[in-house]
Amino acid sequence: MDALDDLALTAAVFLPLVGAVVMLLTPRRQETVHKVIALLTTLATFAVGVYVLVRFDYRRADLLQFNVNASWIDVINSRYILGVDGISLPLLILSMFVCVLVVIYSWNHFPEPHNPKAFLLLVLVLETGMNGTFVAQDLILFFVFFEVVLLPMYFMIGVWGGEQRQYAAIKFFLFTLFGSALMILSFLALFFRGGQTFAIQELIAVASDTIPRSTQLLIFGGLFMGFAIKVPMFPFHTWLPDAHTQAPTQGSVILAAILLKLGTYGFVRIAIPILPEAARVWAPWIGGLAVIGIIYGALGCLAQSDMKRLIAFSSVAHMGYVMLGIATLTDFGINAAVFGMVAHGLITGMLFFVAGSVKDRFHTLELSRLGGLLIQAPRMGWILGFCAMASLGLPGLAGFWGEFPAILAAYNPAPGLSRELFRVYMVVAAIGTVFAAGYLLWMLQRAAFGTPTKEFAGHPIPDMRWPEYLAWTPMLLLIVVLGIFPNLLFGLTNRAVDTALAAFGGGG
Amino acid sequence: MLENAWIIPAITFASFWLILFLGKRLPKHGAEIGIAAVGAAFVLSCVAVAQWIDRPATEMVTAATGAGEEHGGAGEEHGAEPEEHGGAGEEHGAKPEQEAGHALGQVRILAAEADGEHGEEAEHEVEPIRAAVERNVTWFSIGGIDVTVGTAVDGLTVVMLFTVTMISLLVHVFSTNYMHGDVRFTYFFAALSLFTTGMLLLVVSSSTLQALFGWELMAVCSFMLIGHWWEKKENSNAAMKAFLTTRTGDVGLLVGIVTLFFAAGQTFDIARINEAALSRGVPQTALVVGAAALLIGVIGKSAQFPLHTWLPDAMAGPTPVSALIHAATMVVAGVYLVARLYGVFWSAFDIGAGGANPVAIVGGITILIAAALAFVQRDIKKVLAYSTVSQLGYMVMALGVGAWTAGIFHLFTHAFFKGLLFLGAGSVSHAVHSFDMKADMGGLRKYMPTTFATFLIGSLALAGLPPLAGFWSKDEILLGAAENGYRFFEVLGLVGAFMTAAYMTRCVYLTFFGEYRGHGHPHESPPAITVPLAVLAVFSVGAGFLNAPGFELFGTLTENRVYLRAGVPHHPFEVFPAVVSTVVVLAALALGYLLFFQRRLPRGVTSRNPAARAGYGLLVNKYYLDHLYTGVIVGSVKGAIARGAYWINQKVIDGVVNGIGIASKRAGGWVYRHVDQEVVDGAVNGAGFGAEGFGGILRTIQTGRVQQYGALLFGATAVLALGLVIFV
Repeated sequence: MDALDDLALTAAVFLPLVGAVVMLLTPRRQETVHKVIALLTTLATFAVGVYVLVRFDYRRADLLQFNVNASWIDVINSRYILGVDGISLPLLILSMFVCVLVVIYSWNHFPEPHNPKAFLLLVLVLETGMNGTFVAQDLILFFVFFEVVLLPMYFMIGVWGGEQRQYAAIKFFLFTLFGSALMILSFLALFFRGGQTFAIQELIAVASDTIPRSTQLLIFGGLFMGFAIKVPMFPFHTWLPDAHTQAPTQGSVILAAILLKLGTYGFVRIAIPILPEAARVWAPWIGGLAVIGIIYGALGCLAQSDMKRLIAFSSVAHMGYVMLGIATLTDFGINAAVFGMVAHGLITGMLFFVAGSVKDRFHTLELSRLGGLLIQAPRMGWILGFCAMASLGLPGLAGFWGEFPAILAAYNPAPGLSRELFRVYMVVAAIGTVFAAGYLLWMLQRAAFGTPTKEFAGHPIPDMRWPEYLAWTPMLLLIVVLGIFPNLLFGLTNRAVDTALAAFGGGG
Repeated sequence: MLENAWIIPAITFASFWLILFLGKRLPKHGAEIGIAAVGAAFVLSCVAVAQWIDRPATEMVTAATGAGEEHGGAGEEHGAEPEEHGGAGEEHGAKPEQEAGHALGQVRILAAEADGEHGEEAEHEVEPIRAAVERNVTWFSIGGIDVTVGTAVDGLTVVMLFTVTMISLLVHVFSTNYMHGDVRFTYFFAALSLFTTGMLLLVVSSSTLQALFGWELMAVCSFMLIGHWWEKKENSNAAMKAFLTTRTGDVGLLVGIVTLFFAAGQTFDIARINEAALSRGVPQTALVVGAAALLIGVIGKSAQFPLHTWLPDAMAGPTPVSALIHAATMVVAGVYLVARLYGVFWSAFDIGAGGANPVAIVGGITILIAAALAFVQRDIKKVLAYSTVSQLGYMVMALGVGAWTAGIFHLFTHAFFKGLLFLGAGSVSHAVHSFDMKADMGGLRKYMPTTFATFLIGSLALAGLPPLAGFWSKDEILLGAAENGYRFFEVLGLVGAFMTAAYMTRCVYLTFFGEYRGHGHPHESPPAITVPLAVLAVFSVGAGFLNAPGFELFGTLTENRVYLRAGVPHHPFEVFPAVVSTVVVLAALALGYLLFFQRRLPRGVTSRNPAARAGYGLLVNKYYLDHLYTGVIVGSVKGAIARGAYWINQKVIDGVVNGIGIASKRAGGWVYRHVDQEVVDGAVNGAGFGAEGFGGILRTIQTGRVQQYGALLFGATAVLALGLVIFV
């Protein structure tokens, strides 16, 4: 078993790439073959994930497990180090899980200009990048995977996107690349000032002692830019609505479910453990931007007339809760943040799925032209309602556990942070829940309630089809299960978070 | 059953899923599952009540403050005077706590540790009470804190279980006929089950966090049920209004739960929070903030002024839903929360001191403003809705003036007569297909004798005519207000009682007396409707005797640790106040009779008297609160503010982004053209050759992407180089 354990993470990362190569060698015409290959590949990868889940030692979730440490680029002392702990495991599994569902959903939902081969190939490459980011324990390796994600998504938006796909794709690409440039700078600074190593664990041990405080602040700033753009945090969020609106459904789902988490994960995995002192200085600002994002994103939602764009703006608000949790630098806050990442991935992913299917049937997402979805496609309508409820943080569904503990944590942030300030943040965040209910129910009312508009009144609108059932049911189930049994996730993240917060005395 | 109380909500929760997935295939379309499940829940609740009555009283509890002598029936006379809490204790403060050997419960010891000032109370004899049955399991742990989930069952819980399941059962039976043939019959029953689950979950919860689950579950169900006929915009608007208004209050609830979590030493456990609050082991500021925040939640959920506006609109839902919402679930959740976390409110607002406090004030205002609105309604359900708001005001006020038992007793009796009245209104509308009393009703007593008789009983019980249920509970509230030093609120209550009796007279008159003004031939409703009415009528008559003088079963049963720890004063029945309130009610009935039955109404007051006209206008416009909320607040947030934010997003933030993009594109292009191509490349290539090639390259550039990459890479490299210079 041990030999398998050593291989597990490498397999988790590179299996999708193997599948992609096989697809590359298969003629483009054989569409079904491509679909099957993609499905089998994602399933095999997911099976590796299940293997990791089974073999994972939950009592030591604070330790990195399934470690691999091999030489890679000796010149710069960058090594091939992989490992998972309680924080990265849920995100890794989420990534594998969503990729399977995306491939299933794609079965009969290929956006123009069709071409399943290229499309699914990109999904597989994306998966490699995402899985790799969550298991990489070396900064250069992390950076490579972080960037690998960019290109497939760029092409997905740019080729299969909506009318303004070019603009959206370039904006997405450049924005993130700009952040990446600053991030790699910070990585290099850590390397040169922190003992000539890129290994995250080694840096955690030495960086805060060897690097002067003012430099730490600067380095954290660079990391902040890289991660905050990816999250995205206000005011670096404007690429997101465009990217989401223009991206094909699958792209939006992957973007919302996984890509945004790369940023928040970066904070939890890299920025805070390596530079805790700088994190403490930056935290009030991060918290401030987070709560601005909560309210601002909600207001943005209320101004939308397009369903997909509305959901996109809601991501800004939801990631605000995640970032608020992180900014408190407490165990409750960061546990909430990781939970919030998974919950947002499932819920917003689902919302984009539903939006995609609505668009498929009505060829529009203009809320003024929609209405009465519950009459024409009742099941889809109710699922939309369910997702709206989940998204507004209803207790009993997953979204709640991302929001409430973050609000709770803001009452008592880590020692050294201003309680008064964070209590103001807490109240603002709590008020944000009303806004969330407002825009989501408003969307639901306009899309699902009422009667169909004249334009579509006579049209037969097919309700859910089998790929939709197959792809959505697991997500919906998980939203409920995680909502009722939060310990499934908290039990995993709790110890790992304590380790990440070791510098703060285990949190507040 | 007391230990396994979780089964009760679990049954109705299972029922929800069963109806949802199997309902449509069954002969009764799911109604049978719902009725069976709620019936089972009702039976189990009765078992729980019986077991609670049988439970031996073993727990010894003494008051946390100097008011210990209130127990044992000796201290009633002192209730009106505020006790000098702490003052008496300080004198004896030096006295060590020798009572450690005293056979008191853990609570007592905790209190002694937390606050040694009141050591002398141990000298008092205390009566044992039934100990609450708690059962908790760990839900999740974060950072060494175990958050538990479980049940805490005491007298208050079993009373609520009984009331909720009974009303719900009757509503289910009623709905089989009332909702017959509805497009979403099955779905309706599923939602009813879930709604009941929410309330049951709330009442068995042992922690605030878990209570929040029940609380919000009800919010969703009310959204689903109020908007049951969502094809019409006004119905979905009403559903949204209900959800958003209560959720506005929930901001307070969230903040309150969080504040109390930390104030009580990182726990959501209700018993521990109460204990911490009562033993004064909590900073007063945190306690006041927590209580005030919770009160905001209560104001939203229990439709108290100024967040009461959603409840009348909630009439858009089917009538059985209104009955369920108003009688036993949803709106009483807020009252229940105050009663459950009474230690917090008691200590934070110093309720024992008399005078005035936020809880009492909110309740008192609500009684009057809602009762006044009930006079100008044409819609029978809206009269009842405002009446509910007003009666909830009584309950909240009761808790605010320290009449804890009276408050929950009123909750209990109100459930029966308000359920009865709503179902009665449903029965009427079933016959006349309308809710408009002025246009489509009148004279119905001849056509619908059973409905009439039961409705009349309900109205009189609501008005508080002895010996019906409402009389006993209302009287207790007024007595409590008077004796605990809240005279002003007693007067408010009496005025409210007068108004209640008067508007119900109007309502009964318009509906059942005079000539029939509607269309068709109204007829009495079938047994599925009249039987629930009859059952509720029996309870509306009899429920009050449960706490009548000499019997007082209700008070004994619900007595709990918090009640005794707080030292809530208890007052036995007194004749004089009861006579006063009876006279007030009779006077109102007489006036109502003159005004509405005898038509001795002064005509045209509103057209002659500007003050009366203004008052009438104020009422018709519901104090303009809806204009303020919907028009001004929601309108501006959704309109100007949201659009403004979005404008900033598109023009300012994105303007900067696009500006940078365009600028770097130009810069990159310029560098490429002038530096790279002319200077560097120009030196290599011949000038003539370059001119030809330049055109070709320019075409490539103008397609855009190449150039942008160029610009970006150039920029990135520059930044990179700069950074390396700085850092390294």
